[in-house]
Amino acid sequence: MKCLICHDEWLPPVSLAMLLTLRQADVCCPRCRARFIRLEGNRCERCSRLSDQAICEDCIGWERRKTVLKQNVSVYMYNDWMKEVMNRFKFRGDYALVEAFRFDVRRVFDEHFSSDVCLVPIPLSSSRLAERGFNQAEAIASLLSVPMIFALQRIDDEKQSKKTRRERFVGRKFCLTGEDVAEKRIVIVDDIYTTGATVHEAAKLLYDAGAREICSFTLVRS
Amino acid sequence: MHLAGKQLLKSELSSSYDKQHVQIVESIVKTKQGYRCVRCNNDDQQLFASFPCARCGRICTYCRKCITMGRCSECNPLVIWIGPTPSTSFSSPLQWNGQLSPAQQLASDEVCQAIDRNDSLLVWAVCGAGKTEVLFAGINMALSHGKRVCIAAPRTDVVLELAPRLASVFPSVDMAALYGGSQDRGKLASLTVTTTHQLLRYYHAFDVMIVDEVDAFPYSVDAMLSYAVERARKPNSSLIYLTATPNEQWQREVKSGQRKAVTIPARYHRHPLPVPTFEWCGNWQKKWRNQRLPSCVVRWVNEHLERNKQAFLFVPHIDFLQQVVPYFQQFHPHIEGVHAEDPKRKEKVLAFRRGQIPLLVTTTILERGVTIPNIDVAVLGAEQPIFTESALVQIAGRVGRSAQYPTGDVRFFHFGKTKAMIAAKRHIVRMNDEARKRGLIDE
Repeated sequence: MKCLICHDEWLPPVSLAMLLTLRQADVCCPRCRARFIRLEGNRCERCSRLSDQAICEDCIGWERRKTVLKQNVSVYMYNDWMKEVMNRFKFRGDYALVEAFRFDVRRVFDEHFSSDVCLVPIPLSSSRLAERGFNQAEAIASLLSVPMIFALQRIDDEKQSKKTRRERFVGRKFCLTGEDVAEKRIVIVDDIYTTGATVHEAAKLLYDAGAREICSFTLVRS
Repeated sequence: MHLAGKQLLKSELSSSYDKQHVQIVESIVKTKQGYRCVRCNNDDQQLFASFPCARCGRICTYCRKCITMGRCSECNPLVIWIGPTPSTSFSSPLQWNGQLSPAQQLASDEVCQAIDRNDSLLVWAVCGAGKTEVLFAGINMALSHGKRVCIAAPRTDVVLELAPRLASVFPSVDMAALYGGSQDRGKLASLTVTTTHQLLRYYHAFDVMIVDEVDAFPYSVDAMLSYAVERARKPNSSLIYLTATPNEQWQREVKSGQRKAVTIPARYHRHPLPVPTFEWCGNWQKKWRNQRLPSCVVRWVNEHLERNKQAFLFVPHIDFLQQVVPYFQQFHPHIEGVHAEDPKRKEKVLAFRRGQIPLLVTTTILERGVTIPNIDVAVLGAEQPIFTESALVQIAGRVGRSAQYPTGDVRFFHFGKTKAMIAAKRHIVRMNDEARKRGLIDE
């Protein structure tokens, strides 16, 4: 079998446990797999970042600004390897790489969320979407068997003219599409959580539209 | 971006390109087996994938093999230039006062003739023969006749080494050095040095195509290389291959006269190539499971440490390398290991050059290119399949490179001789024999 990432041939071991549970063999070779670092151990309970404090400085800051995002859950740590894989996945557009994340994404999601939530992927601008051919947040969300709501829309960067004065002033990234989110429990999905500005802004919009409990789920915590 | 001599994806172009001289073709075509990529000729179905495409609104198939050059997909065709390509002539642009050895001179003449007649030629030159200089006269002639010259190299390292060397001897010629992330991307120059991947952007662009170290191309790009070369060169053009270690099939073709070749069997310094010694070392892998290494290997390393003679120790796998380096560091704290993905690769090779590292344990990554004056080499596990004939010849070729220290020890520690090992030794012995016969060695 060819490794999904390095394309080298490798032989996945066949174990009795795999036969019994019908678990699929890994799509990438052990060497590539070992380079993904899952987030484990002491972490900020709000944003998943590795931290000795229960709530990290950044999240205390968000709290002071009255964020409505309850929690962010991430799967992997950001490292050089992750940077390289994300570069190929997102910017080169190698959609198939999303399969390398399937197992960990599903496991971590199930550990934190029940299946009665709704996923809201962070959208791309239409020009970016046409250029890339797919939205990476949606690709990640599609690994989960949970309904998706396309409740957000990006205010196109190029189309400043279409933004209201206030939107231009505060540099808002999103607006609502009008999809119903009232009284729903929402998990926002994105590829990476860096400062958190994106998901916190999205959470605020969804909260104002009546969503009940808003969390986010991101592949990588940088 | 000007399209002359190129084939680019539609997505790479702005809407305002010259539509008069182009042909638009699908980049992904359906075949009996499934799909084929028109740009890189990939037809391994494992290297195609499909996704719900926002651009075409369909389930769209794309090629994963050449994706670093932009995504060839069903809705992203290739725009191919079929118009004329401009040409510039230079009057004898070569600025070089070096002297060729008699064997180099002969090869150089053959190269000129092949370029003049649009023929193909294999230059089979031992490690240290001075292959690059052999090209100078031919390139000079081509540029004087307004021909466009391209040199394809297996890796970015080689491009980065070759480009400044050529720039210094052809100072007046417009040049492009192409590799991932290069500034010259998209340039159509009179003299181009490129990696195979970047070659995929060119179509019927070059009058002279030179493929350097043809055996060094990673196995996976092998088939892609010949396809890319055929597409990038003009139908009526010359094709020169340079190598120290042609594969078995090519060696056979040379012998039977099917492939036109010229050999340089001796080094520039007129000393014979060091011949490898085989030394059986038992089941070293089993020994290593008990954290031990064969005593002959340990002895070889210790002897070198005592004599203060620098050495490379080649090992088959990166996993083994990472385990064995801490073990050797007990002998000497400055012993280091290096492999392809090592971020400190350059620094370690430099430290070795400066004599700060007594023994460098390495995977096949250092098998070629690295030239250090006075070293010995050993291979541990020479029977492993990664050590092909060509890899072993190249490894042996690290030794005795300078005129001051023309000899040295090449030791293959093995657990059972392989065909590749025997072929490598025979290859070296035969080159020395031919060199003696042609009077290219002083003894």
